[in-house]
Amino acid sequence: MSLLKVQSLNLSFGGVNAIDALSLTIEPGPIHSIIGPNGAGKTTLFNLITGVYVPSDGQILFEDKEIAGKKPWTLAAMGLARTFQNLQIFFNMTAIDNIMVGMHLNSDTRFLPSLLRLKSIIRGDNENREKSAELLKFVGLGDYIGADTDSMPYGALKRLEIARSLATQPKILLLDEPAAGLNPAETGELDGLIQKIAASGVTVVLVEHDMKLVMGVSDHIIVLESGKLLCEGSADEIRHNPDVIAAYLGESGRNL
Amino acid sequence: MNFKTPRTGGMLTLAALITIMPLFLPNSFYYDIVILIGINAIVCVGLNLLIGYTGQISLGHAGFFGIGAYFSGILGIEYAWPAFAAMLAGAVFVGVISFLVARPIMKLKGHYLAMGTLGMGIIISIILTQEGDLTGGPDGMPVNPFTVFGFSVYGEKTWYWIVGAVLLITVWLSLNLVDSPVGRALRSVHGSEVAAETLGVDVPHYKVLIFVASAVIASLAGSIYAHYAGFITPEEAGFIHSIELVTMVVLGGMASTFGAVVGAAILTILPQLLTVFHDYEMLAFGAILIGTMIFMRRGLVPTLASLFQRKLS
Ligand SMILES: Nc1ncnc2c1ncn2[C@@H]1O[C@H](COP(=O)(O)OP(=O)(O)O)[C@@H](O)[C@H]1O
Ligand SMILES: [Mg+2]
Repeated sequence: MSLLKVQSLNLSFGGVNAIDALSLTIEPGPIHSIIGPNGAGKTTLFNLITGVYVPSDGQILFEDKEIAGKKPWTLAAMGLARTFQNLQIFFNMTAIDNIMVGMHLNSDTRFLPSLLRLKSIIRGDNENREKSAELLKFVGLGDYIGADTDSMPYGALKRLEIARSLATQPKILLLDEPAAGLNPAETGELDGLIQKIAASGVTVVLVEHDMKLVMGVSDHIIVLESGKLLCEGSADEIRHNPDVIAAYLGESGRNL
Repeated sequence: MNFKTPRTGGMLTLAALITIMPLFLPNSFYYDIVILIGINAIVCVGLNLLIGYTGQISLGHAGFFGIGAYFSGILGIEYAWPAFAAMLAGAVFVGVISFLVARPIMKLKGHYLAMGTLGMGIIISIILTQEGDLTGGPDGMPVNPFTVFGFSVYGEKTWYWIVGAVLLITVWLSLNLVDSPVGRALRSVHGSEVAAETLGVDVPHYKVLIFVASAVIASLAGSIYAHYAGFITPEEAGFIHSIELVTMVVLGGMASTFGAVVGAAILTILPQLLTVFHDYEMLAFGAILIGTMIFMRRGLVPTLASLFQRKLS
């Protein structure tokens, strides 16, 4: 059984086909990357898979169940999680509270007990706060447990988003340009983090322009162009594919 | 209990203030002002959950206040309902109405939401004005005294303690809610809707939930006001009252429960201090709203709190 399957997917914005008859399959387990020039439709594909957009046509199957058009919070409960190309941190909350929102589906959200702050609410919050602190440490943000998000550096916020999406206990994690804006040292640490996440049993799908990172971590690479599948394969196959070199990598791509 | 947390410390401070306040209130004129502060503060604590924490504006909440007030007035006078039952009926009615309105209206964002809630408030106050047979029209109507177990509640002193207790309870419930998974879900909607929904937060559900909750609080406060004042007019439900409430929330501090209380206190006292103020009330409220947005976007209490913390460290 494939984990995620997209079949003849279409989405157009006012006549522009952002996703154009796209079909692809993500098998469970390894690290997958989706690459392609700006405007290829990578973010739009993530938005479709996570229910932020509804496709004009086509199917999205998650564990063989049709999910196209389902609400994002339903999909989160099914095990889909993501980060965002443009930071979507809750800047009105502390770092740890950001992560606790990620535990929403595993929290006691009954209204009356919350109003009265019953013991069960306090107990659940204490447990989740501890788990959140663990997650912060897992992504290397142990120093920011009590921090306000508006005083955290950009690189830390990128990781905070990853930790927050992991808090939903996903089966698949979609990372949209996690290395954008990071310095080489931070990108190196991100490389390690992605492998750690994959090793913990979460299937990772990475959208990224940093080819060194992509070629290094990916077991499977998908290349998009103008909303269509250009080709897919292993890092080696993609590196030497003349179509990819022409459309995206350029001649220097062979050396990555 | 940790007395140093803003939560417990704030609750104790508020309780202490309410307890000793009567020592400084020489006559019923002062009691009247403080009771009005309390009633406005109750509405503002609820409204702050919607505006400050969830980030959704309402320019029509005085409408719900008005419905609560008129339910207590009309059911009491015309149908001789017991005060408690009328108050509850008003709250249930507002709960249903606000739920029905919230579903379509909370889909709107930004300016559109402001316009939608503005229209809703205006419709409510027009209905209260036009249904003269029931409501007394623009001149208003008298309201029966509040009666429990055959005893009528009279006098500023009694009302002072009732309003004080209801305010304390409202503040406590609000603090509880904010510091819970539901409260974090509400704040996440303010922070980033798309992030919230992809993390599992049913965003429309929480918007509707908090809209209804804040409307019901406004309705209950309206009923209390009606019995206390003994006379109500459609102005209570009007646009100007809605703007006053929003200004109180914004000045005191968005996403600060105690800020809502402070905002209500300042903007209830101000018109009393400056009698000339009365003619220019809307002008002054507008100026305060603009000034706060430009010079102190987070509002009084959060700004002062972080200044104070910086001094300490
Ligand atoms: N919300 C939107 N409204 C209109 N056009 C959009 C929207 N989102 C994406 N697009 C368009 O869809 C195409 C794909 O964009 P995107 O998915 O962001 O590309 P990528 O992430 O691969 O850089 C682009 O032409 C972009 O302008
Ligand atoms: Mg993109």
